[in-house]
Amino acid sequence: MNQLQKYWIAYITIARKEVLRFSRIWVQTIVPPVITVALYFLIFGNLIGGRIGKMDGMNYIDFIMPGLIMMSIITSSYANVVSSFYGAKFSRHIEEMLVSPIPNVVILLGFLTGGIARGLSVGIAVTIVAMFFTSFSIHSPLLVFSVALLTALLFSLAGLINGVYATSFDDVSIIPTFVLTPLTYLGGIFYSIQLLPEFWQNASLINPILYMINSFRFGFLGVSDIDLTVALSIITLFIVVLFTACLSLLNRGIGIRS
Amino acid sequence: MYALEINQLRKTYKNGFEALKGIDLKVNKGDFIALLGPNGAGKSTCIGIISSLINKSSGQVKIFGHDLESELIQAKSKIGMVPQEFNFNIFEPVGEIIANQGGYYGVPSTEVKKQSEYFLKELGLWDKRFLQARDLSGGMKRRLMIARALIHKPELLILDEPTAGVDIELRRSMWKFMRDINDQGTTIILTTHYLEEAEQMCRNIAIIDQGNIIKNTSMKSLLSTLNSETFILYLRQTITDLPPIKGSFSLRLIDEHTLEADIPKDQTMNDLILQIHGMGLEIESMRNKVNRLEELFVSLITNKDSQDKN
Repeated sequence: MNQLQKYWIAYITIARKEVLRFSRIWVQTIVPPVITVALYFLIFGNLIGGRIGKMDGMNYIDFIMPGLIMMSIITSSYANVVSSFYGAKFSRHIEEMLVSPIPNVVILLGFLTGGIARGLSVGIAVTIVAMFFTSFSIHSPLLVFSVALLTALLFSLAGLINGVYATSFDDVSIIPTFVLTPLTYLGGIFYSIQLLPEFWQNASLINPILYMINSFRFGFLGVSDIDLTVALSIITLFIVVLFTACLSLLNRGIGIRS
Repeated sequence: MYALEINQLRKTYKNGFEALKGIDLKVNKGDFIALLGPNGAGKSTCIGIISSLINKSSGQVKIFGHDLESELIQAKSKIGMVPQEFNFNIFEPVGEIIANQGGYYGVPSTEVKKQSEYFLKELGLWDKRFLQARDLSGGMKRRLMIARALIHKPELLILDEPTAGVDIELRRSMWKFMRDINDQGTTIILTTHYLEEAEQMCRNIAIIDQGNIIKNTSMKSLLSTLNSETFILYLRQTITDLPPIKGSFSLRLIDEHTLEADIPKDQTMNDLILQIHGMGLEIESMRNKVNRLEELFVSLITNKDSQDKN
């Protein structure tokens, strides 16, 4: 057996372990975001949305639907990796991998696979729930899938960086609460940035989540506040930067080796 | 080629504490060596560096000729590690913990199944394979870590206090298991605070203190440096005074049935027993006052400390 085959077995082992981890506790990992988003659909979509009227020429519930799916993908993929990585550090079972002959890139890919799997699982579940509240067609299924995948990847990477630096369970929740949630809400889930004054329109452009939500919305509805090429380029750039950062942190043993 | 070769290994932590001050250690293939030292001596740091959980400050470590820096993957694949602290996911089933470890080492699943069945049966955990690790007793958790470390058939097994907190019966069965593993060719490095364990199991010994290796020799030659051994003798008859024993024995009366005797290296136990018997006294039973290795260990560490103070 050559070395690549051994690495493949190691990758599959980590990925399977990560997927099993969140699927065993699906009531804690899959159900809550689905309930949250269902409430958003019910309150903001059905009850209040009818009074808001059209947004970018479409029903308000249809306008917010892609953003809400994207929000659940972002929070789930991030939460999966940060909690799994920090949990492994906290109970020291990360050492099982660290003493094994696995290149850090394989460890990284294994954790990312878990994050992506949870992000997409929740995304699919939320999409199914959305079907109960509104009827929609998908403008570009390939784009929807690609953006969902890239976003889950990006936030899995971000979650891993958080997990590397986290030294307590408080550190695990600080970034999602004080950074991720505000950026997501201000990333155009509930409104078109065209509604904002010019200054805030320009300020919104430095929010990376805006690009994900808009390209995802384009995939569903065919409308977006942002040029699609720019949006995909920015997402890709963030992925490359964060992937490099994650690998560098693991190679240097930050937070995991003395 | 050595199973383990350490040259001028140093480790200084960020807070300035110098845990290892340039140690050298060579372990032959197939050896069973004890790495002993008081708490904070540098044992765990040394093992942490070998298992790549701690970054060294300088020096070189080679595992079966593979440099830990330039050939990390090859070096790691030779090692099986049983740490001092439990370091598995307590929510995972026992069988899964073992299978995952095999997977990390690239062992195919069919081989993992075969190996895990063998080791779990050998270590008395086969019936517990579907239980979550948190439901195991302390001794079972220790055995789980041994089974996990062996799943990829390592050539060098590092046991960091594997029997800590384990009852004597279980400890003895673990000793037998470790001896069998060593007999099959696996090199073993053992750290323990049970010096009796080290004396019984290991052929060689390295004593580390304050970041330096102060003794590295065979167990036999270390024990032969003992100038005297102290025995407790239990007599059948009652005595009130010390019996007049000839020779360089040193005797103390503990109570009316018990004598404590220092037997110097140039005298034999037989000389003492014959003299006591000649006085019409019978020895019911006897025992070593302290473990021989323990005596040497304490004297080595104490000498080192007093030298440092001077």
